[in-house]
Amino acid sequence: MSTAPRREVLEKLTPVLTKRWLSPEAWRLDVYEQLDGYAALRKALAAHPDDLIQLIKDSGLRGRGGAGFPTGLKWGFIPQNDGKPHYLVVNADEGEPGTCKDLPLMTHDPHSLIEGVIIASYAIRANRTYIYIRGEAVNAARRLRNAVDEAYKAGYLGTNILGSGLDLDVVVHSGAGAYICGEETALLDSLEGFRGQPRLRPPFPATHGLYASPTVVNNVGTIASVPYIVLGGAAWWKTMGTEKSSGPMIYSLSGRINNPGQYECGLGVTLRELIELAGGMQPGHNLKFWTPGGSSTPLLTAEHMDVPLDFESVAAAGSILGTTATQLFSDQDCPVYATYKWLEFYHHESCGKCTPCREGNFWMVRVYRRILSGEGTFEDLDTLLDTCDNILGRSFCGLGDGATSPVTSSLQYFKQDYLDYIEGRTPPKLSAKQLVGAH
Amino acid sequence: MTVQYSDDLRAKAKEIVARYPADRSRSALLPLLHLVQAEEGHVSPAGVEFCAEVLGITKAQVGAVATFYTMYKRRPTADWLVSVCTNTMCNVLGGQEVYDRLTEHLGVGHEETTADGSITLEHAECLAACDYGPVMTVNYEFFDKVDPDGAVGLVEKLRGGERPMPSRGARLCTLKEMAVQLAGFADDRPEGVADGVAGEPTLRGVRLAQEHGISVAGFDPETPIKAQEAK
Repeated sequence: MSTAPRREVLEKLTPVLTKRWLSPEAWRLDVYEQLDGYAALRKALAAHPDDLIQLIKDSGLRGRGGAGFPTGLKWGFIPQNDGKPHYLVVNADEGEPGTCKDLPLMTHDPHSLIEGVIIASYAIRANRTYIYIRGEAVNAARRLRNAVDEAYKAGYLGTNILGSGLDLDVVVHSGAGAYICGEETALLDSLEGFRGQPRLRPPFPATHGLYASPTVVNNVGTIASVPYIVLGGAAWWKTMGTEKSSGPMIYSLSGRINNPGQYECGLGVTLRELIELAGGMQPGHNLKFWTPGGSSTPLLTAEHMDVPLDFESVAAAGSILGTTATQLFSDQDCPVYATYKWLEFYHHESCGKCTPCREGNFWMVRVYRRILSGEGTFEDLDTLLDTCDNILGRSFCGLGDGATSPVTSSLQYFKQDYLDYIEGRTPPKLSAKQLVGAH
Repeated sequence: MTVQYSDDLRAKAKEIVARYPADRSRSALLPLLHLVQAEEGHVSPAGVEFCAEVLGITKAQVGAVATFYTMYKRRPTADWLVSVCTNTMCNVLGGQEVYDRLTEHLGVGHEETTADGSITLEHAECLAACDYGPVMTVNYEFFDKVDPDGAVGLVEKLRGGERPMPSRGARLCTLKEMAVQLAGFADDRPEGVADGVAGEPTLRGVRLAQEHGISVAGFDPETPIKAQEAK
């Protein structure tokens, strides 16, 4: 039975980026324009680009793609008057397990992203933007391409936009199925027509990004936030969230709750409150473990239900806010098996460039299969931790680091579940037959 | 061997290349690979050669890229690519049972095509629809909250020539037709872009706010943008 949330919890909701989703045809330009659409662009084009960068700095907006880097600071790193072309690249390669906030935004409100793109491009003096969208996201890409066409026809894109002198071209570029391309430098390599493998930094994309030119890479949610900040101002934006983690955030709830879905709240809402908004846990399910921001963020437990879900508080609790992909698992779900499936994912998606990630994930998958088929040993647990020690901080990019998150956190909180397989109290979850055909 | 591709394909290839700066044509490689896949249903040696020729790079360079990405298929595929999410969340919600049942029912494994050539099956990683889990897709269009019986019913409809309507998104087109869209061309069906209302999970939070009259106070679109001191 779904339970109704109390008023004080309902007031945690901050419908900003999700608000237009209620209008079924907001993806059409004419409907978007009736709903404040492109008002922020007109306002922004009347301001100096540097003032826009300062506005975003003042708002405290931090990247919505997982890392939480201050957006205004990133824009400010772009060298000006350097004679080089500048690029804005939107990271729409949503694929972190559990994350499902950017695809609905692009599907139901694509113009808000395009409006943000134009304002951001104006601020950083870019004349070309690429939106790198995950290949599988065909529905969102279809709406986005349609919106780009509409924007060109209406004079929001192209040359001399709204008489401002700004020229901007936008290309929607579909990927082809590679999680690693969500890593910003791998995305840039992919966009240049190569295998999507991360680059060594420095140099950073701010000076040597796409085509070795100054480039800002921002997540969909980050860029889509910009028009609201331009309209409502930095002070209004900061009425939501916490001092260091300002603004609204779309929390993607999935798993063992009554009403999974997208809940936009001020940063700092707690899991307990989110569960209440989502109608409570499903009957017969008690929360056992959860991810605050996707599978690359260390698991938390029922003890962490009151941790404010902002960048600082989640870090203090030993995890990472990530993409606020909140996946909830119950006492009927096995943390060892859950971790194994995530490891299969990291193994499959490892780009192969660096040894710790490529080999480490390959071997850890095999150790998990052994444990889950009832053949595990106590030594396997040490092997897993040792392997993680050799991946974390030694990989080329965050994919390898992320892979260790579920392993070390599940061993920290649920070692007994591992021992139950090893000592035969839990029946094997995988059979020898399954192992033969395993990928 | 000379690659025989139609003038239409060559025109499309030219259009793709024109999206990128003149000296950066290699950026066109991913869409070009989608384009050749639209011709043959997979990236064949001829397709690789075509891309290499268009971009003036070697076949080895094209091949290295084509083999890196999951969506480029190296073997012929059917009109209907059925992908079942078996990543953790969908998996524990029943996605593994869906995949296992389809494997058994269709008699094929991962990335294999049925004997009648109608369906290619694969297990997929997280498809970014966890609030609808367990999910499967047909040519990347979503079918939500599937169970083993429902999944079998769905593939049987496809084999019988029907085109069942996805839970969200556009009505189905073939995998080759979808590859044209992936290459960056508009869906030429007017209903394609209009199809697909937001599902209930997508709207839950914002609907809850609407029902209870919750909005963010103090929003004034006329708030001035602060100008910095003249430098």
